[in-house]
Amino acid sequence: MRASFRTGAVVAVAAAALIMTGCAADSGSEGSADDPIELTYWTWAPNMDKVADIWNAEHPEIQVTVNKQDGGDPAITKLLTAIKAGSGAPDLIQAEYQKIPTLVASDAIADISGAGGSDIADEFPDGVWDSVTLGGDAVYAVPQDTGPMMFFYREDLFAQYGLSVPTTWDEYAETARALHAADPSKYLGTFSANDAGWFAGLAQQAHAQWWSIDGEAWGVGIDEEPTQQVAEYWGGLVQEGVIDNKPMYTPEWNAGLNDGSQAGWLGAVWGPGVLSGNAADTAGLWKAAPLPTWDGDVANGNWGGSSTAVTTQSKHAEAAVEFATWLNTDPEAVQALVDEAGIYPAATAAAASVLTEAPEFFSNQPDFYEVAAQAADAVAPFAYGPNVNVAFSAYNDEFAKAAEAKTVDAFLAAVTAMQQVTVDDLESSGFTVAE
Amino acid sequence: MSTTLDSTSTSAIVQREASARRREGRDRRAVTRHRVPVSVGSTAVLLIGAVYCLMPVAWVLIASTKDASELFSTFTFAPSTHLWDNLVELSAYRDGLYWRWMLNTALYAGVGAIVSTYISALSGYALAKYTFPGKGVVFKVLLMGVLVPGVILAIPQYLLLAQVGLTNTYWSVLLPQIISPYGIYLARIYSAAAVPTEVIESARTEGAGELSIFHRIALPMLAPGLVTIFLFQFVAVWNNFMLPYIMLGDDRLFPITVGLSGLLNQGATVPAMYTLVITGALVSIVPLVALFLVLQRYWRVDLAAGAVKA
Repeated sequence: MRASFRTGAVVAVAAAALIMTGCAADSGSEGSADDPIELTYWTWAPNMDKVADIWNAEHPEIQVTVNKQDGGDPAITKLLTAIKAGSGAPDLIQAEYQKIPTLVASDAIADISGAGGSDIADEFPDGVWDSVTLGGDAVYAVPQDTGPMMFFYREDLFAQYGLSVPTTWDEYAETARALHAADPSKYLGTFSANDAGWFAGLAQQAHAQWWSIDGEAWGVGIDEEPTQQVAEYWGGLVQEGVIDNKPMYTPEWNAGLNDGSQAGWLGAVWGPGVLSGNAADTAGLWKAAPLPTWDGDVANGNWGGSSTAVTTQSKHAEAAVEFATWLNTDPEAVQALVDEAGIYPAATAAAASVLTEAPEFFSNQPDFYEVAAQAADAVAPFAYGPNVNVAFSAYNDEFAKAAEAKTVDAFLAAVTAMQQVTVDDLESSGFTVAE
Repeated sequence: MSTTLDSTSTSAIVQREASARRREGRDRRAVTRHRVPVSVGSTAVLLIGAVYCLMPVAWVLIASTKDASELFSTFTFAPSTHLWDNLVELSAYRDGLYWRWMLNTALYAGVGAIVSTYISALSGYALAKYTFPGKGVVFKVLLMGVLVPGVILAIPQYLLLAQVGLTNTYWSVLLPQIISPYGIYLARIYSAAAVPTEVIESARTEGAGELSIFHRIALPMLAPGLVTIFLFQFVAVWNNFMLPYIMLGDDRLFPITVGLSGLLNQGATVPAMYTLVITGALVSIVPLVALFLVLQRYWRVDLAAGAVKA
């Protein structure tokens, strides 16, 4: 359609000529220093090439090339396109935990339990390990980092207005009211209709189970008591007007972090990087605390976190698993991940030995990583289903309306709509859904 | 990035110039006699249009002088003093990756546009000057190709190139962009207007081969028109996002557009690098502006220059 026959032929000939010259090199399965196995690794964590350089220097027989990606969603979309096309996928990919069921359903990532993936289960907390096995015998990825949620607040503003750090959600609401009453331009936080992962973390803390599997049937439990409770709570605060209803990660929100109108943030352990990037001048003014609890019930949610998976197109699965294991459990590698990529490692022992000094932005809080470890310990179990993307975009659509409407009813209606959209999509994709 | 040539305006320019040339002798006296008085209304409209177009450029210019915290806290149009720091930081990002993107873009747009212009000229000339069976069909298919936006072809092109293992290479971005139905269409119009059949025929009588007629006689006559095709294609490739975004997985192969968008979408755990993106956007429009200022005058060159005068 696009071109005349002649010019089409030119392209075909040119392409054919390239294949002739380009496809000669295909090494055997055993790498050596002279003829190393070449692995490509798609990741969006910053400076990952520097971490891979450490491996490459020590392992001349397996050479890893890092291809920096644009964040979790684009990388996964690209991977799925390449899987569909039958070529072009990397050997290794950084996959967020909520993406794993989707990737497994699309046959994009390989079961590495036979290639040495099962031997490292003890290195990780059970809850994290569950999310890479999906509760079965297969292992689909090696956990890399986690994102236990934390509450960040401006210590100076709390002192100025005589506020104390909330430990329960009731106290959080009281504090939000007090702050907003003292200065109507200031909010203790915002309800972000753009960050489904954030809301999922809050629901996880309330012991929600959005997906479950029973035999062959999927269960969807979004419109149930725990999530309703969270939605009702936030709907109430937004309706009252004591909490902002604007999304996070916008220039406006960044401005709020700088000028103090956002005096608190329900973030996760990777928060210091975001705060230092968006509001560098407020260094030393923030403090981190555990997430407020529901009436003292110590539990927490995760926001973010990812793993290293081996794709089904990789011809060197064993070498890839060897690298992924080293990357996420070897003390030297974990140290490099923390220093270079700024992540919070999932491997328990390695994390404890590496994370001793608070991040620079929180140099005023030497016990930052003790608070973080506490937060990580408290994370409640939570399973993701095969259509997280659908549920998450339903969150964005429905809660954007609710945050605009500013009523509790609208928030509860949004939860119901999310449930409906998710169930409908599962059914239309051919999954059995339990009632 | 605001400098885009939309297709209607280019073809309008082409046709207008061609017909203007033909009428010129007849109309010249008429034009000089009617001095149109300056209208306040139309000047105002044009001024508003200019402000509308230049405002975003001014914003980018001013915003690129601010550091990360000033960007969100100071008045929008209050300039600051950090332009140089931002440029240094931009150059330092992952060992000068930005400049590599710039070179990639120059390669994609420069080489892509030159090859595309040559192929357009070749095909357009053939369509204008030869009669062969199926010519009408080929031209109609070509016109349909003009109507199909390149964006929707990106996924099929990805699947095709994946079959021959060319995705994530320079070729994956270059190959799909060297065939431009619109360029061929323009070249056909130019060839019909600027290369007189008499010239070709007399060259044939002198014993010149068809390819050497094209290269040594037709190409120089087509040059002004080809500049337009080149510029159009260059800007289209320079601003193309979807194709490289889908084709490329290695950020060392990225063009500017995809690279900058990546800096904004680092994922929730890493802050977006606003200052780098803004400074990068500013630097990336400089070559386009320069190119336009240099090549603009060729557009005014008589399309029929060098040919037989009527």
